[in-house]
Amino acid sequence: MADNSTNDAYWSANLRIIVISLVIWAIVSFGFGILLRPMLSGIAVGGTDLGFWFAQQGSIIIFLILIFNYAFRMNKLDREHGVDEE
Amino acid sequence: MDQFTINLLFVGASFALYIGIAIWARAGSTSEFYAAGRGVHPVTNGMATAADWMSAASFISMAGLIAFTGYDNSSFLMGWTGGYVLLALLLAPYLRKFGKFTVSEFIGDRFYSQTARIVAVICLIVASTTYVIGQMTGVGVAFGRFLEVDNQTGLFIGAAVVFAYAVFGGMKGVTYTQVAQYVVLIMAYTIPAIFISLQLTGTPIPALGLFGEHAASGEPLLAKLDAIVTELGFNEYTAHHADTFNMVLFTLSLMIGTAGLPHVIMRFFTVPKVSDARWSAGWALVFIALLYLTAPAVGAMARLNITEMMWPNGGVNGEAVTVQQIETEDRYDWMKTWQKTGLLNWEDKNGDGKIQYYNDKSEAMQAMAAEKGWTGNELTKFNRDILVLANPEIANLPGWVIGLVAAGGLAAALSTAAGLLLAISSAVSHDLIKGAINPQISEKGELLSARVAMAVAIVVATYLGLNPPGFAAQTVALAFGLAAASIFPALMMGIFSTKVNNTGAVAGMIAGISVTLIYIFLHKGWFFVPGTNSFTDADPLLGTVKSTSFGAIGAAINFTVAYVVSGMTKPLPAEIKELVQSVRVPRGAGSAQDH
Repeated sequence: MADNSTNDAYWSANLRIIVISLVIWAIVSFGFGILLRPMLSGIAVGGTDLGFWFAQQGSIIIFLILIFNYAFRMNKLDREHGVDEE
Repeated sequence: MDQFTINLLFVGASFALYIGIAIWARAGSTSEFYAAGRGVHPVTNGMATAADWMSAASFISMAGLIAFTGYDNSSFLMGWTGGYVLLALLLAPYLRKFGKFTVSEFIGDRFYSQTARIVAVICLIVASTTYVIGQMTGVGVAFGRFLEVDNQTGLFIGAAVVFAYAVFGGMKGVTYTQVAQYVVLIMAYTIPAIFISLQLTGTPIPALGLFGEHAASGEPLLAKLDAIVTELGFNEYTAHHADTFNMVLFTLSLMIGTAGLPHVIMRFFTVPKVSDARWSAGWALVFIALLYLTAPAVGAMARLNITEMMWPNGGVNGEAVTVQQIETEDRYDWMKTWQKTGLLNWEDKNGDGKIQYYNDKSEAMQAMAAEKGWTGNELTKFNRDILVLANPEIANLPGWVIGLVAAGGLAAALSTAAGLLLAISSAVSHDLIKGAINPQISEKGELLSARVAMAVAIVVATYLGLNPPGFAAQTVALAFGLAAASIFPALMMGIFSTKVNNTGAVAGMIAGISVTLIYIFLHKGWFFVPGTNSFTDADPLLGTVKSTSFGAIGAAINFTVAYVVSGMTKPLPAEIKELVQSVRVPRGAGSAQDH
């Protein structure tokens, strides 16, 4: 079992990845998809604007990237801090 | 071969497949019943989660809601996928590390309180039952169409099938059956969409077709759609009309609710390792995204097809479709078959032998109608929930595609209903009876009470499904609000806070679920009984906050109450702090543990 200071460092590294991911998560959905859509209205995408694309397609693609990125980084972090499952 | 026989063949063959798998993998001990012996590969698990997750709401209902509203219903798309980010980052790996059977067991242990566990169980049962009501609405539509009977009869038959099906196997049966169901439902959803996308845009990928060019007019598809719907007085498809604040809250409620639903969380207990739980959430979203990226294309293309079908002679300035055409031409056959279910209807109000479909609430259209002698919209009923199932018929696709869609719709409704019934039954038998009322109960007694709980849940859901509080996806959205307000905050605080204690968690859950439930009942009727509501979602109690969007506020109440109450009461005992620390690191998770 790893000691507490290792675990604390591991946990704060984990929290940092979570916070960054959730900021992106909120920007693409609530931001680009809804609240910031008027700002993106100048950028045309297939008969409509970029905000519509984010709301109906783009956000889903970004969500996928976020989850796989998280899994990849965390599994690496587990090993670096020696808290992975052998 | 007529269409009815083809449907019967497809539905029959898919059922035979699921039942075959269920028999092959029949559950043995209770441990296997709940978590499939804990040895499911993350990709397999992701696929099963996707089948579990994508219910009648996603398959049957969602594209219809998008089709008739456009951009404003994007909340469903973002909400029901964005929740997986929360699930993957905030809950799944830690709950897998904790390594118990059920969500309420985690809450009971983490908040060292039997009361917390029981409150969690009750919250789960309330949310899951509401969810099953939405499923039953979808089951009614699917069985009604497939057996060519009215909606109510379809609902009763469907309920019997769902029950027989869920009682039959445990999670083990369900895991592999659900993989098969996923394959059937994703094919059923995407194949017609590919055909339609090819017809309209020449692109085989519907998600690209949506942003592509409408082949017949050379304009972008969405621009064409905007033009023909506004011509009839409807809202522009791609424009933002909904209240922005409500739309944000609604999207957030669906996201939080996704991460708080027991039947989805339970699936992450079935993978061998913590790292697998992380991958598995990603794989689940891959399989879900295949449908969710197709759905907006299905909605937009169907709306275009339907509108052009009602105005086959060059839009509103040409002549409307005639009653005789609907009755005699093959391509209007779908209207007659759906009329039988009572979910689609038309009426030649002004007796001109034509059916004018337009928005009779729009002032500009009222002026035009007065001039042309129309007396109101004559496509009098078009239930949103029929759109996906009717879609291949509307696009005049081959019979086998229609049969496939019937099988897919049933797979979606059945798989989720079965998963939910399992979550409800394990909550009652494992957490409530074995955990609290009678710890000495035998394995046999536990299985029996699980099945009794399933039976009660399905009877209640069927009864309420006769007069549902909304279209399938809307009822399901209410269930998400309830899960968002109760379970998600408790789980998240259990992992991320070493301050929130037993009293705080219990107070938070009770406050969150009661306020949300009361808000929903005030708008949708007490216990969803029609006519007992004091407000409507058109004119909600709190400004623009609709009852479907209240879950996010309920969650905020839950968090606040939990922190405030915890601050006023005793701090966490040392051993619980250790438990939280151990949940946070993967090491020591014990792979595929046996009970």
